Amino acid sequence: MNPTLLKIVVILVILLVVLNVSALLIWLERRLLALWQDRYGPNRVGPFGLLQVVADMIKIFFKEDWIPPFADKWVFVFAPAIIMITVLLTFAVIPFTPLFQITETNIALLFFLGMSSLGVYSIVLAAWASNNKYSLLGGMRAASQMLSYEVFMGLSMMGTVMLAGSFSLRRIVEAQQHIWFVIPQFLGFVLFLIAGIAETRRLPFDLPEAESELVAGFHSEYSGMKFGMFFVGEYLGVVLISALISVLFFGGWLGPVLPPVVWIVLKTLFFICFFILLRAAMPRPRFDQLMSWGWKWLLPLSLANLAITGAVVLARGR
Amino acid sequence: MAAPAATAKPAVLDELQGKFGTGILATESPRDAIPTAWVGRDNLLLAMRYLKTEIARPYRMLYDLTAIDERVRAHRDGQPSADFTVACTLYSFDRNEYLRVKVPLAEDHASLDSLCSVWPNANWYEREVWDLFGIRFENHPFLERLIMPRSWQGHPLRKDHPARATEMGPFQLPEEKAEEEEERLRFRPEEWGLKRAAEDTDFLFLNIGPQHPGTHGVLRVVLQLDGEVILDAIPEIGYHHRGAEKMGERQSWHTYIPYTDRIDYLAGVQNNLAYLTAVETLAGIPVPPRAQVIRVMMAELFRIISHLVWYGTFAQDVGQMSPVFYMFNDRERAFGIVQAVTGARMHPSWFRIGGTAHDLPRGWDKMVREFLAWMPDRMREYDKIVMRNKIFKARTQGVGAITTEQAIDWGATGPMLRSTGLAWDFRKKLPYSGYENFEFDIPTATHGDCYDRAVVHVEEIRQSLRIIEQCVDNMPEGPYKSDHPLAQPPIKDRTMHDIETLINHFLGVSWGPVIPPGEALGAIEAPKGNNGYYLVSDGGTVSYRTRIRTPSFAHMQMLPDMTRNLMVPDLLAILGSIDFVLADIDR
Repeated sequence: MNPTLLKIVVILVILLVVLNVSALLIWLERRLLALWQDRYGPNRVGPFGLLQVVADMIKIFFKEDWIPPFADKWVFVFAPAIIMITVLLTFAVIPFTPLFQITETNIALLFFLGMSSLGVYSIVLAAWASNNKYSLLGGMRAASQMLSYEVFMGLSMMGTVMLAGSFSLRRIVEAQQHIWFVIPQFLGFVLFLIAGIAETRRLPFDLPEAESELVAGFHSEYSGMKFGMFFVGEYLGVVLISALISVLFFGGWLGPVLPPVVWIVLKTLFFICFFILLRAAMPRPRFDQLMSWGWKWLLPLSLANLAITGAVVLARGR
Repeated sequence: MAAPAATAKPAVLDELQGKFGTGILATESPRDAIPTAWVGRDNLLLAMRYLKTEIARPYRMLYDLTAIDERVRAHRDGQPSADFTVACTLYSFDRNEYLRVKVPLAEDHASLDSLCSVWPNANWYEREVWDLFGIRFENHPFLERLIMPRSWQGHPLRKDHPARATEMGPFQLPEEKAEEEEERLRFRPEEWGLKRAAEDTDFLFLNIGPQHPGTHGVLRVVLQLDGEVILDAIPEIGYHHRGAEKMGERQSWHTYIPYTDRIDYLAGVQNNLAYLTAVETLAGIPVPPRAQVIRVMMAELFRIISHLVWYGTFAQDVGQMSPVFYMFNDRERAFGIVQAVTGARMHPSWFRIGGTAHDLPRGWDKMVREFLAWMPDRMREYDKIVMRNKIFKARTQGVGAITTEQAIDWGATGPMLRSTGLAWDFRKKLPYSGYENFEFDIPTATHGDCYDRAVVHVEEIRQSLRIIEQCVDNMPEGPYKSDHPLAQPPIKDRTMHDIETLINHFLGVSWGPVIPPGEALGAIEAPKGNNGYYLVSDGGTVSYRTRIRTPSFAHMQMLPDMTRNLMVPDLLAILGSIDFVLADIDR
């Protein structure tokens, strides 16, 4: 097959699968939460309530697309698109299998960090453009939370980079042939997981939207499909972080018996469910507690992890 | 509160008369045997200061402050002449005794000194009296309407104010009026006594509510923020006001019972109990032992129901999503019992004057025992997922702490007071409905912060289970309702046998009972704190004045003091921990 055509097919497949999975997560999350909370969840539309997603999407498409008269119109419209764009672009560097990867680059991790930094703009601009006090508070929280958690997110991944000797995600997976990095890099894994949750703004790090305090935080003023983009963007982020955790620490597509694609899907799904379980289990810390926790504990820990890994790698003479 | 025949004059009245001489206009001993002194308005401030600080074993808490429109009251034997009476109820922890201080006022001089300099919690009570009775309080820091909208004409609890919309002429809202009303809603910090800016910062004003997921109902809190730090938080109440006190002046003694259910709408029959304690004290109706124990059992069940809602929503307020579902499921089980016994769920209106509506159904004890066996395990699990959760602790410990001193100054009762370390439970201290026969502990904590309030609430659920267990084990035999002629609805068994009983039954049912004139306070330990009904009867089929003193009102007033210099999330944690119900605040 023509390599360009193949690339296009791969892109389309990944795009469709990722978008649909994120939409389906709405259903999965509601059903799982219901299961853990002794109730039913959506079970009326279609088999097991699966068509609930379709119903939700129809509803969201047909809602009035309202832009508040006091909002900064262009920024208000553009902001939700940013999060979709940045997260979707990041999927380009994720090696789902050796075959299913849109682009292989030796700076994949840097690309991911860059994109996730850009993603913050979506939240901050949305909050600012809404011209609403609740949004503003949410946006302020989002900016400081995500900026500070990004710092040690980057640091927490450096251990794996050192062990693999590359920023390329494919190289990192291949380096895990013998042992998954979760074992030598356990601390790095835990730190990355925490930073990842903060990055996706999921409970217990959902302070920017904290519904019992800030109504809906940065997206209080959003409705219709623009809200839908934040909504799906959040799930896309969950899929992305789960896929990254599998790739960085759990050997990506590697695994016995089953074909690679099944392994990566299983691993990703496991972490997605873990994200949902966290939401069912945890309360929300206060903003200042979150910040001091990040700077006083997580950052030093990730630095220590970096130093120790570096020392070990040096000592082994690589 | 079986009214003992008050033969000897209470000591406090002698002390007062010794100090103020003729400044004390008169003394009374009403049906509830609460010592009552009439004080001229010139002496009021002095007398109150004396009672709060100088007298031996002082009255440290202003329990309630309200007014009575006396203008059409017929039975006022021995009371000084007055068009309005301002009635303050004080409580002394040292004496374990209430004291009522009344001030007679003439219609054209309806004003008196504000007590805000003596008790901080007089603030809202006085605003309420100004709002509803039009009595002015001199030197009050902020005498604005509290319950009614600021544009309201007239003072609703005056006897000449219409009680129903049909008495007021059709409602009209011409455009100018609508615009004027809307303009009034515009937020101007100055009207709230707030400054817009300090020397180097402009403040952010954040309006939380009346529609907000964290306020548990239609409560509005205006926040003055510097960043996310709260400089001032002003609760605005009244959105849930339904005129329950005014309705009390129209509904017969019997038909008012369902209205009480809806005051603290989470606590169902607890409200009935408070109201009926007052009615039964007024009329001197003895309640048979079986009815008392049934009442205690149902009341404690509702304490658990109320606390479970509180527990779940508090966890949700600090961001924990799941507990509320588990707790509502348990609450559902409790409602199963309530439903089997009363036929209704949240608002059973099941207690009656002199007893209950029915006897317990067959098999009730099995249901209750199942519930008793089910709950302890669940409580242990909740300890694990909520109380011992690190983040939950970080969010609640040291947040919104109050001292016992503060609590008493602000009229806090119930778990709010006990969380500061004072073991004060009115079920033990002034037992009613036979609580003296039960064994249970008074849970306390030490710091008075959000977490300690939770500790007290949780332990109270366990104690309530203990009380219910004793009810099941020792349920006495006998009638479930008093055979007193004023007990309602009257017992029917002999109505078809002799004409006299038939006539009396007919009158009792169609008129309702005629309660002898007098005044009585029925105060109970409701789930949220001390809930008191102060009833004035003028010897009619309806109450002359129904005053409902609720714990939520007193506790909400403390909010500014508790939240100062904390952050917005703390405000929500504190609101969650207070355990209030908007209907209980606004009535």
